[in-house]
Amino acid sequence: MTAFIFTRFAQSVLVLFIMSLLVFGGVNLVGDPVEMLINPEADQAEVERVIRELGLDRPVTEQYWYFLVNAFKGDLGDSFIFGEPALKLIIQRMPATLELALFSLIISLIVAIPLGIYAGYKPDSKASKVIMAGSILGFSMPTFWVGIIFIMIFAVQLGWLPSTGRGEIGTFLGINSSLFTLNGLSHVFLPALNLALFKISSVIRLTRAGTREIILQDYITFARSKGISEKRVVLIHVLKNILIPIVTVVGLEFGSLIAFSTVTETVFAWPGMGKLIIDSIYNLDRPVIVAYLMIIVTFFVFLNLIVDILYTFLDPRVRIKGDH
Amino acid sequence: MSPKLKKFVEFCKDFSSNKVALVAFFIFLLILFVAIFAPLVSPTDPYDLNTVSIMNSRLPPFSEDFSGNYFFLGTDGAGRDMVSAIFYGLRVSLGVGVLSGIFALIIGSFFGISAAFFGGRYEAIIMRIVDIQLSFPSILVALIILAAFGKGVEKTIIALILVQWAYYARTARSSALVEINKEYVDAARCLAFGNTRIMFNHILPNCMAPLIVVGTLQTAHAISLEATLSFLGLGLPITEPSLGLLIGNGFEYMYSGDFWISIFPGVALLITVASINLVGDHLRDMFNPRLH
Repeated sequence: MTAFIFTRFAQSVLVLFIMSLLVFGGVNLVGDPVEMLINPEADQAEVERVIRELGLDRPVTEQYWYFLVNAFKGDLGDSFIFGEPALKLIIQRMPATLELALFSLIISLIVAIPLGIYAGYKPDSKASKVIMAGSILGFSMPTFWVGIIFIMIFAVQLGWLPSTGRGEIGTFLGINSSLFTLNGLSHVFLPALNLALFKISSVIRLTRAGTREIILQDYITFARSKGISEKRVVLIHVLKNILIPIVTVVGLEFGSLIAFSTVTETVFAWPGMGKLIIDSIYNLDRPVIVAYLMIIVTFFVFLNLIVDILYTFLDPRVRIKGDH
Repeated sequence: MSPKLKKFVEFCKDFSSNKVALVAFFIFLLILFVAIFAPLVSPTDPYDLNTVSIMNSRLPPFSEDFSGNYFFLGTDGAGRDMVSAIFYGLRVSLGVGVLSGIFALIIGSFFGISAAFFGGRYEAIIMRIVDIQLSFPSILVALIILAAFGKGVEKTIIALILVQWAYYARTARSSALVEINKEYVDAARCLAFGNTRIMFNHILPNCMAPLIVVGTLQTAHAISLEATLSFLGLGLPITEPSLGLLIGNGFEYMYSGDFWISIFPGVALLITVASINLVGDHLRDMFNPRLH
């Protein structure tokens, strides 16, 4: 077990190292940083001064070393646009993204698990066919386009809900979030639903597939023959056994919600870190791009590590395989 | 009837049993036709500056300009006919999606089958890379590549290949693991055939069914992802106007109520992706022995 966690941890560090090489290499070597950073009207002396200041006259390996050392100190450079540390900018935007992702995760689980169990339990009923057709549709609809339609229907035509920005922010138990005010909720609802749509489809399919396979197992027949009520069979025996894929979903899908929120945030002008990275790419704000990519990759690597470790607790088979 | 043909007819019958999938398949063929022959079937060439007039910009659907040109789906901000723009856009979107899918299929099945064939440390390393890669959401992988290296046609295709290859590798390995223990592989080994020949002439053809299922679903995903990236302004450049770029262009006019500029390219994208998904879904059910 310890060996398993240790190997996985070492692998995570390796992945981070490779990512840092990739991000550093891509951003610093492919483009010409001098051209992007220096005022085109600057004279030669000025250009040379900036090159020295940025350390661009040093060998590449040395530049990379400084980048790593500074990254460990939490210094990923200052934004060209805002003049503030890139890390600070991202951390400032993080709560908005997290609350959006959390709210849409809740929406998708509440909607998808019951529908998925139903569709798997009665696969041939009309309602199940409608659910599955809907999930394929949801799977095929591009998130950004649905967001546009949402804005058009609910904001432009009907005028029911606001389409841009984050609303009022309330405080509850010391946490600041727009989920605690009515105005804030009205702002978060459309983007969160938009972000949830894709997840709803995938969780429905996952739950249905799990239910369909489990319902045929011997232990379900056994439970029924013992005279346990159908309700209990479904809610206890089936639900418990589809929980493993669902735990992964809650873990990993939360990460993917954060990744996909770049799209939703752009459409709904939601002031989170996803919109920040897209804006930074437009503005060629390299320190912010690098900082975002490094933070999000670190986040994912450790999220996966945690899910992997949780897995070994939930499913002993994984543990046995991992020890080999 | 030769056994191959018989098998094929049987497959067609089996496939036609699901009417929705059958309809989806024909819709997809139609879209493919339109995409391949876009210059022939489009009413106008939307990127020919001689015929596009800014005077026609943002005309609503079913309108006509002064010289009698009819715009079934209206025009965009530059006065291009939407129908033509969508046909040309389908061409770019499908082209990029299918091309990246083919490359990913080749790379993925190469690594997947060789991993199953050689086993040991090589297999462990390849499959660990696959697992790690699959733990990142597709959009993040694409975002890393495009944010670090900038946008462009080749870079978008590379990003899409990188997103997809791991799925093919995993599928190819798992079906190759089953095939490797079969007698025909032993027979080929006894005949002292080379490893490459056994892997790609003998094992690969028998792994094709699941690879095709993954292929259809992944291509749909790639098309959708490319549209998303192009919408965000990270994917294809403005010189290759895919459906995603068309939707993005229309987005700025939406608040003034000109819905058609971004809605119709989206509908085209949706129909394309949904028809491929429906076909892929049915194929998967057909090949899944656990459901029979």
